[in-house]
Parts: sequence; structure tokens; C-alpha cells
Amino acid sequence: MSTRLKRLVFWSLFLLFVIDAAVIYTLGTENDSGKGFLSEEAKEGKLLFQKYNCISCHQIYGLGGYMGPDLTNVMSTSGKGELYVKSFIQNGTQRMPDFQLNEKEINALTEYLRYVDKTGISPVINFEIEYDGTITQKSNQ
Amino acid sequence: MKKEIGVTFIFLSIIALLAGLLFGSLSAFQFVFPGLFDALPFFKNRPLHVSLVVSWIFLSVLGGIYYYLPKYCGLPLFSKKMATLHFWLFFITGLLILTSYFLGKFGGREYWEFPPVLAIPILISWLLLLINFFKTVLKKVGQWPVYLWMWATGICFFLFTFTEAYLWVLPYFRNNLIRDLTVQWKAYGALVGSWNMLVYGTAIFVMERIKGDESIAKSGLAFWMYFLGLTNLLFGWAHHIYIVPTAPWIRYISYGISMTELLILAKIIWNWKSALQHEKKDFYFLPYRFIIASDCWIFINIVLAILISIPAINVFTHGTHITVAHAMGSTIGINTMILLSSVLFIIDDVTKHQFSATEKNTIRTGFWITNFSLLIFWVSLVAAGAEKGVLIVENQLTFQAIMQKINPYLVAFACSGLGIFLGLLMVSVHPLLIIMRYFKTKKA
Repeated sequence: MSTRLKRLVFWSLFLLFVIDAAVIYTLGTENDSGKGFLSEEAKEGKLLFQKYNCISCHQIYGLGGYMGPDLTNVMSTSGKGELYVKSFIQNGTQRMPDFQLNEKEINALTEYLRYVDKTGISPVINFEIEYDGTITQKSNQ
Repeated sequence: MKKEIGVTFIFLSIIALLAGLLFGSLSAFQFVFPGLFDALPFFKNRPLHVSLVVSWIFLSVLGGIYYYLPKYCGLPLFSKKMATLHFWLFFITGLLILTSYFLGKFGGREYWEFPPVLAIPILISWLLLLINFFKTVLKKVGQWPVYLWMWATGICFFLFTFTEAYLWVLPYFRNNLIRDLTVQWKAYGALVGSWNMLVYGTAIFVMERIKGDESIAKSGLAFWMYFLGLTNLLFGWAHHIYIVPTAPWIRYISYGISMTELLILAKIIWNWKSALQHEKKDFYFLPYRFIIASDCWIFINIVLAILISIPAINVFTHGTHITVAHAMGSTIGINTMILLSSVLFIIDDVTKHQFSATEKNTIRTGFWITNFSLLIFWVSLVAAGAEKGVLIVENQLTFQAIMQKINPYLVAFACSGLGIFLGLLMVSVHPLLIIMRYFKTKKA
């Protein structure tokens, strides 16, 4: 394989990568069905989620740690919801420390989780498997 | 005489590995017995473990590059001072990151949980490496062997993906969860690909040296496989976000490309092993053994990697311990085995140390304990993940009920994690002591 061909293959792949990244940054990820729920409080909640390293134990869309449950739809799951979430944050459990958060922080975190809940579904429970190994997602309800 | 900067990197890498394993073992037991050792809770322990083992990978691979370029590639470093500055920046930033974790000061994201301001010195240290590397290797006349391409690619793409992982600081990315998660995992997927480039480049270098045949790294096959690996690095990351509601083509591209990268390396290693003479295997007995172990782990992990890249299977395995099994199988079984091979090669080369029978026995026993423990560790995680996946999708049990059901697997996982720690301690204790003696002789 000549050096010229190697360079050609490398730069072609790189060019495709740049185009791919540009489309992903824009059109590929423009649909955010929770947009209407992204209040200033929710934005603050997102930063608190990082500040207290919640992701080391919890997941959003199945991404994160496994010590605690996936929180993507905790706000809308039957038997859970806002009071349930606030109670856990305020008191902690054997697995989850009490981070001594104030009311403002708890509200911000809850608003962030409300926003996350509106963006989609995780885990995916209702789906159909297609012939090519892909799946078609259906509502979990 | 001055110490070799590459060896200094290697020395720190072994310490990072052992410390990382210690925190990892503790985390695993905290997972099974919540409340254990409250002074250092799980949410602090986990980032300590992850950061230290990631440091092991980077320090050992970079130590190898700094050592191999002048010693074996006939390319004296452009600036030794720059390499030393790189080391100290890495070391001081590392200490600051560990301190922030101990104090519970976070603010970043998964895997880079430290306060974002600490990303700046990391970026500077990699820029120093980038300049030093290219100023060094661009002097090379004639065809570059594939490992130089791989190292160059790994360094460039680390810088790109690390920067991409911090796009969340911009509101445009941060304030759209779908975009934010997609870009985050696009960056992480490619970031792992970039360190794989660095590690696999090192593997090919060590194999070439053991075999004593430079054509292995210049063959057309090696380059086509490198380009396939690069394609995976660039486009094969979306299996992490199959369930995130992005545009469907993002998932299809990734599914189509899938993970062929490990298959590629396995092919190279397989060709190399079958052609290797017995005398050379004996001469480089320890490095050879670790490379062969990585070969076995490649085959085990590739099956899992291909399976979890199929969306119909991924829907069951995503967010379960199977993902952890894949990550651990790759970082311990493949990367760590390759890097230990490189570390032993360098130690042998730089110190001319003749391993005694006792030292060889300790390393050999540690090698078997590590691999046997890793097998139990891996199987436990796969079993826990498979059961969790089915219990979520089919039975729709609560988190607490699932955790109770998979607890026996997690106990086996924690105990075998301790076995990995013990095994790797046995493997690395003599190399660590040999380097310390080498440093003393350099001082004298």
C-alpha cells in the first residue's frame, strides 16, 4: 500500500467524520420532545446532578452507574413521581447517602428529572424486533 | 546519568494500576454490601477507581512511546524537557483530581467527574505530547510502520474527542438532553477508540520486536486493518445510545460498521504467533505470555461486542452489567495484558535484569490468578446482566427486586475482583522493585 493511498484513505475518512459530526451536532439531535419543560430551575438541576455525581450510581437512558435505578422516567412511573423522588433525596437510603440538600436544590433536581422524563423512554420495554435485528420502539404504557 | 523519562511514566503507571485496583475492589464490595466503609462512599470510590485505571493505561502507553521512539525507531525525542513537563503536568493534575474526589468536589460528567477547570491542564499536557511526537516522528525518512500511524492517530483523536467531551459547557449542547447525551457518548466511544489505537500500536510494536521482523508492521494487511479500526473509532460508537431518541440513521451507521476492530488485531496476533520461532518465545517468555493472554480475551470479547451491537440484543443488555463485562474484559483482559507485556519488555530492556526463578514464579502465578479471576469476574457480570435484562424487559420487576435476584452473581463478581487485584499485585510487585533499584543506580 503506497503512502499516497494511505493518506488518501485517511483524509477521506477524516472528511466523512467531520461531516458526520456536523450533522450530529445539528439535524441528528434537534428533536427534544421535553424542550417545553426545560425551565431555568431544570437547567440548574442538571448542574446539581453533576455536582453531586449522581451519575456514579444512577442512569439516564441506561447510561451511568448501577448502584441505583435508572431515573429517566422516575417522574412518570406509576407509584413513583415527585414526592417519591423528593423523599429519597431528603432522607437517603442504605444505598444512597443523604447529601443534605436544601429545598431549592431538591426542587431544581426534581425539575431536571421532570424535563428528562419528557424527552423519551428508558428502559425500552415495549418493542418489536425487525427482520434485520433492529427494533421498533412502542410506548411503554 | 539521567533517568529515562519513559521508565518514569511506567513506574507511575504501575502505582496507578495498583491503587486503581484497590479502589475498584472496595467499590465492588460496597456494591454488594451497601454502607460498607462509609468514610469513602461509592460515589467517591468509583471515580477514584476509574481515573486511576485510565491513568494506568495512558501512563504505560505513553511511557512506551517515549521509550521506543529514541531507542528502537532511531528517532531521538524532539524535546526531553517537553516530555518531562508532560510528566509533571500529568502527575500534578492527577493529584488534584484525586484530591477533588476524596473531598467530594465534582462538577464534571461520568468518567471525567472532576471540576471542569482541571480539563485545561490535561489538554495542555496532550498538546505538549502532540507537538513533541510529531516534531520527533516527522524526521523519519521512508515508510512509517503502522504503529507510528496508530500512535499519531491515537494522540490526535484523543485531543479531538476529549475536547468534544467538554462541549457540554456550551448551552447549545447542554440544554438539549438528546444532543448532549449523543455528543457525550460519541466523544466517549471515539475516545476509547483513540486509546485502543495507542494500545494496539504498542502491541504491534512489541510483537515486531519479539519476532524480529519489521515487515509485520509495514504489510498491506496491517494497514487495511488499521483503517478498519479507524473507521470503527470514527463511526462505531452509537451502540451506547441506541435507546436515545436521535435520528435513526445515527444508529444504523453504527450497527452496520459494528465492532470489527478487535477481530482485526486478533488476525494480526494470530498470524504473528503461528510464525514465531520457539527460541524467541523462550527469550521473551514473559512479554509473550501476556500478549497471548490478550489474544484469548480478544476472542472472548469480540463475541460479546458483536452481540451487544445488534439492536435486538442491545435492548436487553443496555444499562446492565453486560456493558461492564465488556468494558472490564477489554480494559483488563486486552489492554492491561498488552500493556504489561510492553512494561516487562521495557524493564527487561532498560535494566538488563535477569528475572530469578522466584520472580518468574511470582509473575507466572499472578498471571494465572489474574486470568482465572477475570474469567469468573466476566462470567458473573454477563450472568448478572443477562438476568437483569430479562427481569426488566420481560418481568418488569422493580429495581430492588432485581438487585436481590442478581446478588449471588455480584458476590462472585466482588470476590473475583479481589482475585484480579491479588494477581496483578503479584505480577507488578517485582517490576516495581526493579524500576526502583534502577532509579537508585541512576542517582548514585
